[in-house]
Amino acid sequence: MDTSRSYLEPSSFSKKMAAAIIIVYAVITLIPISWMVMTSFKNVDSAISYPPEVLFEPSLEGYVNLFTNRSRQSQEYLDSLPPPKNWYEELVRSREMVITGPSKFLGRYSNSMIIGFGSTFASVFLGALAAYAFSRFRVPLKDDLLFFILSTRMFPPIAVAVPIFIMYRKLGLGDTHLGMIILYTVVNLSLAVWLLKGFMDEIPKEYEEAAMIDGYSRLQAFFKVVLPQAMTGIAATAIFCMIFSWNEYAFAVLLTQFNAQTAPPFIPTIIGEGGLDWPAIGAGTTLFLLPVMIFTIILRKHLLRGITFGAVRK
Amino acid sequence: MSQIKIVNLQKSFGDFTAVKNSNLTINDKEFFVLLGPSGCGKTTTLRMIAGLELPTSGEIYLGDEEVGMLRASERDIAFVFQLFALYPHMNVRNNLSFPLKMQGYKKRDIKGRVEEAAKLLRIDHILNSNISSLSGGDRQRVALGRALVRRPKAFLMDEPLGTLDAEFRELMCLELKKLHLDIAATTVYVTHDQLEAMSLADRIAVMDGGEILQADEPNIIYNKPKTKFVASFIGSPGMNFFEVNEGISKDQSIVNIEGAKFDIPKQLEDSKGSKNFFGIRPENLTLNNNEGLKGSVFGVEYLGSRKIITIKTSLGEIKVKTDISVSVKLNENVQVKPLNNNIIIFDGQTDKSLNSEFIK
Repeated sequence: MDTSRSYLEPSSFSKKMAAAIIIVYAVITLIPISWMVMTSFKNVDSAISYPPEVLFEPSLEGYVNLFTNRSRQSQEYLDSLPPPKNWYEELVRSREMVITGPSKFLGRYSNSMIIGFGSTFASVFLGALAAYAFSRFRVPLKDDLLFFILSTRMFPPIAVAVPIFIMYRKLGLGDTHLGMIILYTVVNLSLAVWLLKGFMDEIPKEYEEAAMIDGYSRLQAFFKVVLPQAMTGIAATAIFCMIFSWNEYAFAVLLTQFNAQTAPPFIPTIIGEGGLDWPAIGAGTTLFLLPVMIFTIILRKHLLRGITFGAVRK
Repeated sequence: MSQIKIVNLQKSFGDFTAVKNSNLTINDKEFFVLLGPSGCGKTTTLRMIAGLELPTSGEIYLGDEEVGMLRASERDIAFVFQLFALYPHMNVRNNLSFPLKMQGYKKRDIKGRVEEAAKLLRIDHILNSNISSLSGGDRQRVALGRALVRRPKAFLMDEPLGTLDAEFRELMCLELKKLHLDIAATTVYVTHDQLEAMSLADRIAVMDGGEILQADEPNIIYNKPKTKFVASFIGSPGMNFFEVNEGISKDQSIVNIEGAKFDIPKQLEDSKGSKNFFGIRPENLTLNNNEGLKGSVFGVEYLGSRKIITIKTSLGEIKVKTDISVSVKLNENVQVKPLNNNIIIFDGQTDKSLNSEFIK
C-alpha cells in the first residue's frame, strides 16, 4: 500500500474521479452557453434549420442586426443607391435591406450597467455600514432586527410585485433608473448585511480600537482600517448583488418600458422578419454575459477566499 | 510623561461589576503592572485608562487633567494590544506612520520619527515588509514602535507578550525593560503571568474580583502579602496555609495547629475571629527525619536547580521547595518543619494578613 501520502490527502484515484465529475459538470453547464454563442454567429436561416447545424459558416449578421434597425427595399431602390460604405452595410444589402438607424440595444445595455452597478454599490455601501453597526454596537433588539432583515428574502421578491407596481406609479418611480436602483438595492440589502456582518465579525475590534487610540474617529477608523480588511467580503458580496441585479427579469418587465428598460426584458423581444431574430438574440445575450463574467473573473480570487472565510479561525 | 491617578473608579456591565471602587496612583516614569487571574478586572481598568471603555463612576487623571469621559483619541496615550492589532493591509512603515499622519505631521518629520523608532527597536531593516511576513517577535516590536512614534504621555500594554512562545517572551521581557529604561515613559502593563510581572515591574497591583488588593514593589508583594489571595497567587507554587482554630492576640508568638505547637513571629494585633490561617512559603520549610509535622511524600517536581516536594499530612497537602540534592522517594515517611520564622498569620474573617514582627 502507498504510505507516502498523508492520511488526509486524497488518493490519486479520488483526485481523478473528482476531475472527471467536474469536467462532466462543466460540459453540461457550458452546452447552453456555447449553443448561445454559436447561435450568435449563425445567420438567420441556419439558426432555425432542422436538424440543428453544429458546423456552420460563421456570420456577424446577428451582431449587425442587434445594433441596427433595418427595412426591406425593392431591388430597384437598392440598385439606385451608391455602393455600400462598409462591411455591415454590404451584409444588410445582401439581404435586400437598408440600415435605417441604430437599434435600442446600446441604450438598454447602458441602462443595465447604470442600474446594475448603481444598486450593487448602494447595497454594498449601506450593507457595510449596517453590518458594522450590527457587528460592533449593542443595538436594541439586534437579533430580531437581523431576522426581520433576512425575512425579506423568505418570499420570492415578485410576490410583492403588485404593491410595488402601485407604489412606484404613485411615487413616479416607475420606468426610472433611480426606481430600479432602489428596488434592487432593497432586495440585495438583506443579503449584503448578513454576508458582511459575518466578515466584520471576523475582524478583531482591536484594529479599530488601535486606530481610535491613534487619533482617528470611529468613522475614520471604519473607512481606513475596517473596510480595507473587509475587502474580501465586500468583493464576494458585490458579485452576488451584481449577478442578481444584472440578471433580474420579472421586475424589469413589469416596471420598465422605455426610459429605464434594462437588457433582460429587451433582448428576447428582438423581432426579425417573420419571427424572432435568433442570431440577434444570441448576440445580445452573449454581450450581456460579458460584464458579469469579467467582473467575476476580476474578483474571483476574493470570491473563493470569501466563501470559505470565517469557516476556520486563522 | 506624567502621573496617572484613578479615584473611586467603578465599571459595571449590566448587573456585573468588573471593577469595584478602585484607587491607584501610578507615578511618572514608573513601570506599573496590573496582575491578576483572568476576569479580575485588570484589562477593564486598563481600557478605562485608555478610553476604550467609559467608567460607570469615578475619575481618571492623566497628569493634572481629568480624562475619564474623553474619547480615546483625545487622551495622549498609546496602547499595545495582545493581538498586536497591526493593520494587515499596510506595510511596517505605514503602520508606524499611521498615528502620525492623523496628527498632521509633515512627511519629513514622520519619516524621521519612524526611522528613529525603528532603529531603537531594531526593525529598521524590515520597514518595507508586509505585516503577514513578520515573526511574532517582530510584530511585537512593530506594535511597540507604533506606540513609540507618538511620544505619548503614557504607554498602556495589554498582555503584549501573551501570544509569544516562552523563550521569546523572556527575550522580549528583557528588551521591554531596557526600552523602558531608555525612554523612561509611564507604562501600565497588564498580565496574568506573575514571572513577567516580577521581572518587569517597578510596582505591581494585584487584582481579584474587580478589586485592587495590594499595590507595592515586587519584593514586598512577594514577602509581605497583604491578603491571603495575594499570598497564594504570587509565588510558584503559592504559599502553604494551615487552619488555626484559635483566636490570635497581640504579643502571641506560639500557635496550636491540631495539637502541635509552632513558633510564629510576635504578633502586633488581635485577630477578629477564632478561625485564622497560618501561612508559610514552600522555600521556608525543610524536611527531616526527627521533628515537625509527619507526612508521606506524594509527589516530586524537578525545577532544574530546585525541587518541589508535595507531602501529604494530616493538615492536607504541603508543598516544600528544597535544594536539588535532597532525595526522597515516593510514599517515604518524612517530617516537615519551618526553616525560619517567616510566617504570616491571615485573619480568617477578612483574609488580611495580621501585623507581626515579620510583616509590619
